[in-house]
Amino acid sequence: MTELKLTDVGKTYGGTVEVLKDINLDISTGELVVFVGPSGCGKSTLLRMIAGLERITAGALEIDGVLVNDIPPAQRGIAMVFQSYALYPHMTVYDNMAFALRIARKKDDEVRAAVTAAADKLQLSGLLDRLPKELSGGQRQRVAIGRSIVRDPKVYLFDEPLSNLDAALRVATRIEIAQLKEAMPDSTMIYVTHDQVEAMTLASRIVVLAGGGIAQVGAPLTLYERPENEFVAQFIGSPKMNLLPGRIVQTGQQTAVELDGGGRAVSDYPSNAAMQDSPVNIGVRPEDFVAAGEGAHIFSGEVNITEALGEVTLLYYTPVGGADPVIAKLQGIHPDMKHRRVALTADPSKVHVFRNGVSLLYPEGRNITVQPH
Amino acid sequence: MHPVLQGMITVVLGVGICIGYFYFSNQFLDKVLYPARGPNAGRNINRANMIRPWLFMGPAIFVLALYLVYPVLATLWFSLTDRDQGGAFVGLANYRQMAAEPKFLEAIRNNMLWLVVVPAMSTAFGLLAAQLTDRISWGNVAKSIIFMPMAISFVGASVIWKLIYDTRPAGADQIGVLNAIWTALGGAPQTWLTIEPWNNFLLMVVLIWIQTGFAMVILSAALRGIPEETVEAAIVDGANPFQIFFKIKVPQIMPTIVVVWTTITLVVLKVFDIVLAMTNGQWGTQVLANYMYDRMFRAFDWGVGSASAIVIMLLVTPILVWNVRNARREMR
Repeated sequence: MTELKLTDVGKTYGGTVEVLKDINLDISTGELVVFVGPSGCGKSTLLRMIAGLERITAGALEIDGVLVNDIPPAQRGIAMVFQSYALYPHMTVYDNMAFALRIARKKDDEVRAAVTAAADKLQLSGLLDRLPKELSGGQRQRVAIGRSIVRDPKVYLFDEPLSNLDAALRVATRIEIAQLKEAMPDSTMIYVTHDQVEAMTLASRIVVLAGGGIAQVGAPLTLYERPENEFVAQFIGSPKMNLLPGRIVQTGQQTAVELDGGGRAVSDYPSNAAMQDSPVNIGVRPEDFVAAGEGAHIFSGEVNITEALGEVTLLYYTPVGGADPVIAKLQGIHPDMKHRRVALTADPSKVHVFRNGVSLLYPEGRNITVQPH
Repeated sequence: MHPVLQGMITVVLGVGICIGYFYFSNQFLDKVLYPARGPNAGRNINRANMIRPWLFMGPAIFVLALYLVYPVLATLWFSLTDRDQGGAFVGLANYRQMAAEPKFLEAIRNNMLWLVVVPAMSTAFGLLAAQLTDRISWGNVAKSIIFMPMAISFVGASVIWKLIYDTRPAGADQIGVLNAIWTALGGAPQTWLTIEPWNNFLLMVVLIWIQTGFAMVILSAALRGIPEETVEAAIVDGANPFQIFFKIKVPQIMPTIVVVWTTITLVVLKVFDIVLAMTNGQWGTQVLANYMYDRMFRAFDWGVGSASAIVIMLLVTPILVWNVRNARREMR
């Protein structure tokens, strides 16, 4: 059953500035969908459109089969957790959580029951008489979540809820949100973040937004292992995937690419004969590179900088031309790599091939270009 | 000498002497009295820093003492003496005499009325104007117009409103707007400012008209300071515009509302020019400040005049203290 359905949704400001276009997305009950993307990609705007805080200028938004484009936020069955928590500063925790129910003219004992239940769930029971300013960042975050829980919405919307917390608290709260989701398996959540760790750890599906559209939708590991285009390939994973230009020299079940830098790569991606000689980029994640002998390498060059982190060693190669430097992440400790030539290769299953920016795995895939701003 | 030239010389000299005082006294402290060198450089810097605030605040403290503290003490003394007896000490006789005067009681009553009505109405209208002008495209123009009376002196405003309340004999063209409307609706022309007790409220309208702009500007800034996300959260929570205004916005700017309210209260307690210019306290419109002026400078009874001045001060002081405290808390 589809709970939330976006059809050709778009957003235009002032009739001229198009920030989102042709968003098609089905979100089922019980999913936790994460919108990620670079800043300015419109992910928060899309969330606010679902919430009803921004007008939808094109397309249709349905919740439970009901067109809600013109229905005010409170009647859409959604609840939202804001980036700044947006707690009402003059109300106690209890009043903050009770506000929506009181507005809805629920009976006092009903309100009390709902607030107490939510407070128990979020370990806020001892804090109900406090004002928001007397709470820590993590507690405020929990109150904001509690305020949405008491309304018992069909869809929870989270707008970068962790970005105001410090690093340690962010990890703890992230885990709390994951546990909360597990405790409420029937609730649907949409979560906006620019932090890909949050996206990878929380999501049942990730929606990568870029350039006003959807770059790819999929399970976290699908995006990691089988990115649809170069944008997603480089957006997911850190350090980002290396892209090396070359041309296809052998097609078939496996694809061989001769690289402009002199190396040769074999990929498990299939290709057809028509692609012979066409220019492509191969993509290899830094962590998929392994040291190789000269001659059998994908890439070879002089190591410019090394970063030894103990568990891994990062090698930054001297950039060729204006390209980004190639980065390799080798397991363990590798001393004295600096200023040496180190050749690299990778398992064919780990070599991605992009033609015109689109992975060979997705013949129907769309290229995404992102304007730098 | 031409007065303009005189004025300019005074301004140049005055400002020059002020700047010169701060510059040279500071130089003297740092270079001559406690120079930051030699064996005691560190000690000297500390001492200079301890003296510097007094140096800079000195002129202000002196002027305040001369023009504020001394007059207060002198007034207090005058209020306890009798001019007719050559300035002899008479204890609280002036206060007793004053308390028995119907005009004084009327002034007290009217002041209380002003105190309740004007701050409340000014703040309410200011809040309304601030909220409404924030949301419309020509809001800034509207704000400028509403704020404009602030730039008019109380006497000027009184003259304007006196014209509005003006009366011409029946049959003649009414130049007063109020009577023009009144007669157009079929009423006989009224001398509005003599109708008790409503004339009090007609006077208050002038001050409300002036102070609404002040309230609007301060409250508008406060409204803009409200985090937009709390309003959006309330929208998602299902609050309607009235609930958002009264349950989310107004409570958040309550400290500012209190400051605006008390500031206007202080203005109201000192209200004088409007009453003097429009009715001079006749027809039951007397207020304390005008009563004081009456006794002091028309009846030349410095004893009762000073006593009423002290009464005004006693009324103003607690509100002033409260106001300053609130304003300070606001700034933190």
